[in-house]
Amino acid sequence: MTTATIESQARATAALPAGHYSIPDLLKSEWIKLRSVRSTIWSFVIVVVLGVGIGILATTESRANWPHGGDLGFQPIRTSLIGVDAAQLVIGVLGVLVVTGEYGTGTIRATFSAAPRRPLVLVAKTAVFTVVALIASEVVAFLSFFLGQAMLTAPAPHATLSSPGAVRAVVGSGLYICAIGLLGLGLGVLIRHTAGAIGALVGVLLILPLIIAALPSSIINAVQRYEPLQIGKVMITVPPRIIQGRILGPHGVVKHVVIHAGGTFTFSPWVGFGVLCGYAVGLLLVGTVLLVRRDA
Amino acid sequence: MIEARGLTKYYGKKLAVDQLSFTVRPGVVTGFLGPNGSGKSTTMRMVMGLDNPQAGTVTVNGRPFHELSWPLRQVGALLEAKAIHPGRSARNHLLMLAATNRIAAARVEEMLDRVGLTDVGNQRAGKFSLGMGQRLGIAAALLGDPGVLLFDEPVNGLDPDGIRWVRNLLRGLAKEGRTVFVSSHLMSEMALTADEVVVIGRGRLIAQMPVSELTASSAGASVTLRSPAGAGLRAALEGAGASVLEEPDGALSVRGMPASAIGDLAARCGFTLHELSPHAATLEEAFMELTEDSIDYRGTNAFATTSQGGPR
Repeated sequence: MTTATIESQARATAALPAGHYSIPDLLKSEWIKLRSVRSTIWSFVIVVVLGVGIGILATTESRANWPHGGDLGFQPIRTSLIGVDAAQLVIGVLGVLVVTGEYGTGTIRATFSAAPRRPLVLVAKTAVFTVVALIASEVVAFLSFFLGQAMLTAPAPHATLSSPGAVRAVVGSGLYICAIGLLGLGLGVLIRHTAGAIGALVGVLLILPLIIAALPSSIINAVQRYEPLQIGKVMITVPPRIIQGRILGPHGVVKHVVIHAGGTFTFSPWVGFGVLCGYAVGLLLVGTVLLVRRDA
Repeated sequence: MIEARGLTKYYGKKLAVDQLSFTVRPGVVTGFLGPNGSGKSTTMRMVMGLDNPQAGTVTVNGRPFHELSWPLRQVGALLEAKAIHPGRSARNHLLMLAATNRIAAARVEEMLDRVGLTDVGNQRAGKFSLGMGQRLGIAAALLGDPGVLLFDEPVNGLDPDGIRWVRNLLRGLAKEGRTVFVSSHLMSEMALTADEVVVIGRGRLIAQMPVSELTASSAGASVTLRSPAGAGLRAALEGAGASVLEEPDGALSVRGMPASAIGDLAARCGFTLHELSPHAATLEEAFMELTEDSIDYRGTNAFATTSQGGPR
């Protein structure tokens, strides 16, 4: 023991680099984490395949049955982006898993032992996830749009990026999907358990609207616009220019119509998107406070 | 150097750690002993800043853990076996940890090699045995070449060969001047590994002392005497407060009096001694005696067993 004590004084304190660990180090670590689990990579692939696939199915179907009763207000852009609904659900679950997967396996304790300033870890994790999720989401939106429009051959109407509102709808759809991913990530931080957090996500996205829909219409009109799903619907919809003229109606009747799109009781696309981002930021801020206060 | 002062932790209403103070010095292996549920793992998590104490402080090299500039290069810890994503390879697990503290990738290879996992480095950790997971945990702890190391039950799941490897590793790390703090329920193993022990029960400090002192001062310690003056010597010893047992072969087994005092007494009274040999208690005996009153989870048959590691 005596010799050990003497040697202990002899051991040069390991030279530490100047400064301290910081965001770039944590970004690199989170990037390794994200790409080193196969299930995460597959989930991103599923987001793209599902989102684009459903859009192609919808546009193919529309073209095959053209003209049909629904062509009155046929919206080529919205139809091609209909896969957004599925993509957002998968990416939301992925956002949950990025956090709860770390709690469930105990990796979080290794992470916090290496980087105990937890808010920094959350910032890095959120940043890396956002970038990857945004790329995947925009790939879904643009691929859906271009492939979908290619399916809509004449006489069915189709849109191009230069059509009014098309860029907003396509870029906005990608942003919307990504924001739902962040909602999932925030719920993951808050709830920490996979099943609970996915339950909460599904509850907010799919079950809450069902409950609201059962309420009196005065309440529906006041509340429905706050639902993420409604915000998403507005985002993928382009208010068509007011269509006037002869249109083949449902029963073969030629009608003179004027169609207005976009509900009175919805937010405009970007206001809605702002509200959605507000949800995500709020969840992440509360999550940060809890992250620091709770035992890991 | 790890210093805990008045560390107190409640989980709900249950007091897990109660005003615990101790110091873990560099250059020696300090064992951390206590019955199941006595607060060992909780204490280690508080050292690592994972759990927040309600009162008290704990510092590593004089600073709270979360203030360290390069935590992984200053403190390494193995807190639970297999705290690894089952879908991530051992190599990627170490790489993602290394990145946080700007540790070179070459160091990851070095550590995989050191714990013997190079060949399975690209396998998913979910396929690892408990022992392999333990080795990966040790590699993670050593990754930053830290001066302070914590190990919670490091030999769990290891075969005898692995146990000896860990023992030598811990002793080697201490010999290099590092602070080594290791909890275990295997007393025989701690007796071979630790120089000092911190003993806790029900979250409270029971003793901190060198292993040699603990076993010598235990009631289990005894001194064997042989003397031609059997009965007279026995009376004198009992008169001085020692308890004496006569063994079948005529030797006397004395408890409650150190060998030096027995020798002095014999000389003073003019008794000849043919043998005077002290026997230290085993660490296990000393431990059982110290923690008798503070065992939370006892077997139903009154024989306290310390079988598995503490709860998470």
